[in-house]
Amino acid sequence: MLKLENVSGGYGGEPVIQDISFSVAQGNFFGILGPNGSGKTTLLKMISGLIPNSSGSIQLNNRNIDLFSRKALAQKMAVLPQLTAHAFSYTVRETVALGRYAHHEGFFQTWTSDDERVLQTVMEQTNITGFQHQTIQELSGGEQQRVFLAQALAQEPDLLLLDEPTNHLDLAYQKDLLDLLKKGTKHDGLIVVSIFHDLNLASLYCDRLLLLEKGKERAIHSPDGVLKEHLIQDVYKTNVRKYPHPVVAKPQMHLLPDALEMHNKPIKIDSSMLSVKTDRIALTSPIPLRTLSSGVCGAGIGWNNQFVNRHVPDDYYCADPADEMQAYLETNGFDVSRTVGMMTAVDLKNVAHSHSENKGVSLFTVVTAGTENATDSARPVAQTLAQGTINIWLFVNGCLTDQAFIQAIMTATEAKAQALKELDIHDKWTGTIATGTSTDSILVAATQQGRSVPYAGAATELGQLIGQSVFTETKKAIINDQGK
Amino acid sequence: MSTLNFLKNKYLTAYALAVAFLLASMLTAISVGSVSVPVSDIVKIIGAHVFRLPIADQVETTNVNIVSQIRLPRVLLAGFVGASLAIAGAAFQGLLRNPLADPYILGVSSGASVGAVATLFLNISIPFLGLYTLPVFSIAAALLTILLVLFFARRVDRTMRVETIILTGIIFSSFLGAFISLIIALTSDQLQQIMGWLLGSVSMRGWNYIGIIVPFFVIGSLLLLMNARELNAMSFGEERAQHLGVDVEKRKLMVLVAGSILTGAAVAVSGAIGFVGLVIPHLARRLWGPDHVHLLPLSILTGAGFLMLTDLVSRTIISPQILPIGVITALIGAPVFALILMKQRRRS
Repeated sequence: MLKLENVSGGYGGEPVIQDISFSVAQGNFFGILGPNGSGKTTLLKMISGLIPNSSGSIQLNNRNIDLFSRKALAQKMAVLPQLTAHAFSYTVRETVALGRYAHHEGFFQTWTSDDERVLQTVMEQTNITGFQHQTIQELSGGEQQRVFLAQALAQEPDLLLLDEPTNHLDLAYQKDLLDLLKKGTKHDGLIVVSIFHDLNLASLYCDRLLLLEKGKERAIHSPDGVLKEHLIQDVYKTNVRKYPHPVVAKPQMHLLPDALEMHNKPIKIDSSMLSVKTDRIALTSPIPLRTLSSGVCGAGIGWNNQFVNRHVPDDYYCADPADEMQAYLETNGFDVSRTVGMMTAVDLKNVAHSHSENKGVSLFTVVTAGTENATDSARPVAQTLAQGTINIWLFVNGCLTDQAFIQAIMTATEAKAQALKELDIHDKWTGTIATGTSTDSILVAATQQGRSVPYAGAATELGQLIGQSVFTETKKAIINDQGK
Repeated sequence: MSTLNFLKNKYLTAYALAVAFLLASMLTAISVGSVSVPVSDIVKIIGAHVFRLPIADQVETTNVNIVSQIRLPRVLLAGFVGASLAIAGAAFQGLLRNPLADPYILGVSSGASVGAVATLFLNISIPFLGLYTLPVFSIAAALLTILLVLFFARRVDRTMRVETIILTGIIFSSFLGAFISLIIALTSDQLQQIMGWLLGSVSMRGWNYIGIIVPFFVIGSLLLLMNARELNAMSFGEERAQHLGVDVEKRKLMVLVAGSILTGAAVAVSGAIGFVGLVIPHLARRLWGPDHVHLLPLSILTGAGFLMLTDLVSRTIISPQILPIGVITALIGAPVFALILMKQRRRS
């Protein structure tokens, strides 16, 4: 257990660190964040005993750290330094073996079997046994860092301190190193206290975070409590956006570059960018649009600037349509990584589209529809998929929040259902009024410039545009299709 | 455990080689000269001295005298000087994390030289010290310099970082060097004597000089050997060493004092012999690795052997003229060093 109580201090004169208190229990990973010059390294050096604290107390296992001798402290606490150059070519084994120094007494220490056991264990843990006879200078940065981690672990510490351990390491090594440390906390009850520059890494691995500002505590909490937009913006003086990690339940911060090209050139998506051919409808935007969509490829949340609704024959069958669609897009010159692709069996010349505008927000709606497959979603019936799909594209010239995207989809879906009801289209299986087809797709794409649109419910300006245009264009497209 | 055996064998070979080199150098250096003494005689004479046995009759008396009165003390002195400079150099290189550091970096040799040169210039001779006035003054000056350098470095920076120590050494070296130049400029009669001393020599010193250097050599070497592991840790950086559990301030002071004692004593008895303290540790590290636990003793053995050989060259190469040993160490040392450097750079 590491415990700091009202710790202040620094390099003499004005104390760099002022009144810091926190404690870290066994098995916990604690991160220290803060901009350059906020005193992170000074605080770490005070904990490691390199710089004395002028007031307050730093305790390790309920004992003041200044009461430990250097050797006794090194048995409890190890430090993993930042990667530096080394003058001499010690072998990996010699380097790691130095970690046992603190456990030796007297002038002519002998290497015991216990030392050898620890040495072998830590070399295996850090996966460096294979090059134990090589010199450290022959190793890559990532391997060297593992050697020094092994050296620190050879001290068999209760507490491991790290100063930006992932500095100069490439992506995979960063992850490997932090995974290893995390494992140490979970399996061996190690306490890890580490300085991080990278807020996102800190969020992923730390149980708790301390945010320092000018030597004082600004926040101390779980990652969710510290990585708040306003807090980070205020302390780091830069714009960030918080976003959840796609897989792990931890927040991530995204930087917002000032020099965004998209602010330079106002863009308006309309029918001039649409091309309708017999085999596909495509829309190409000069800038990437933020999109929320379902489809065969490029679906989900993302940034795309090409949108394809491809005609497939009635009897189209493919085991892996996504794969086949990608191949199709590539052969036709689309960049798959920036394209949302949908499929439909309906005749594309029956497409309906319109442009509408309301108080600075404008909307371009494109609908293709076939209803052979109409379904009442309130009465689901297992059925073989016949062809017939309603694909709706909504291009919004405005800046939408995530919430507005979701509301746009709700509004559009409701309007679509209303259109089917008005045209009295029935589910063939249940005989009830259909709400859509079983293979419908939808796309909402926004330029993210111009007016900001926080909501898109039915009562809002955008909501009204969406409701009206989806209702009208869906009807038009269905009627076109029925008239074939 | 096979790893441990491998390492043991590696160092066993190293020590066997170094001891063999030392013995071979010693016997050759004693044997060769204006009068050649057969190796068998040398062994008998030394054996007799060591085991207090009577010398076998077949050994000529002149050979006995040459060996025990002239060659042996001279070779041993060269050995102690070489060993002192080499181990001090190895320790300083490790401590200062600089493979190009040498024992003179702290200005200790300049201090010792000022003491010696002043003694020669002023013709000082303290009655009961007699001939030993010079080494005694020289050692006193060396010790005074260490104290001043360390005191000054500590005043500048309480933790005495490596950079501070090196800069302090440069300041003191140049300041004391100026004194030496001043004395040389002012002198006329003792110029030859002063220059001869400055270039370094182990000739005509006798057993008493060995008596002067041995205690310093023993104390200094023991102090350094006791700090071998700490030197390993400190050669990774002082903060690193502290984190590994080394009491850096105390250990650093011990190494600095021990290295300075060794250097000061060596300079006092033989003058400022260059290159040994730089090349030998460097070579030993290249051959057997940087682990100070072995590097320090191996440097002692090879440094001693090396200086015995260079002294042999200095007195035989254009015999009967005796060249200053410092000239030979530089003439041999510099090209060897250049070769090592070239090979090393080409490899990496």
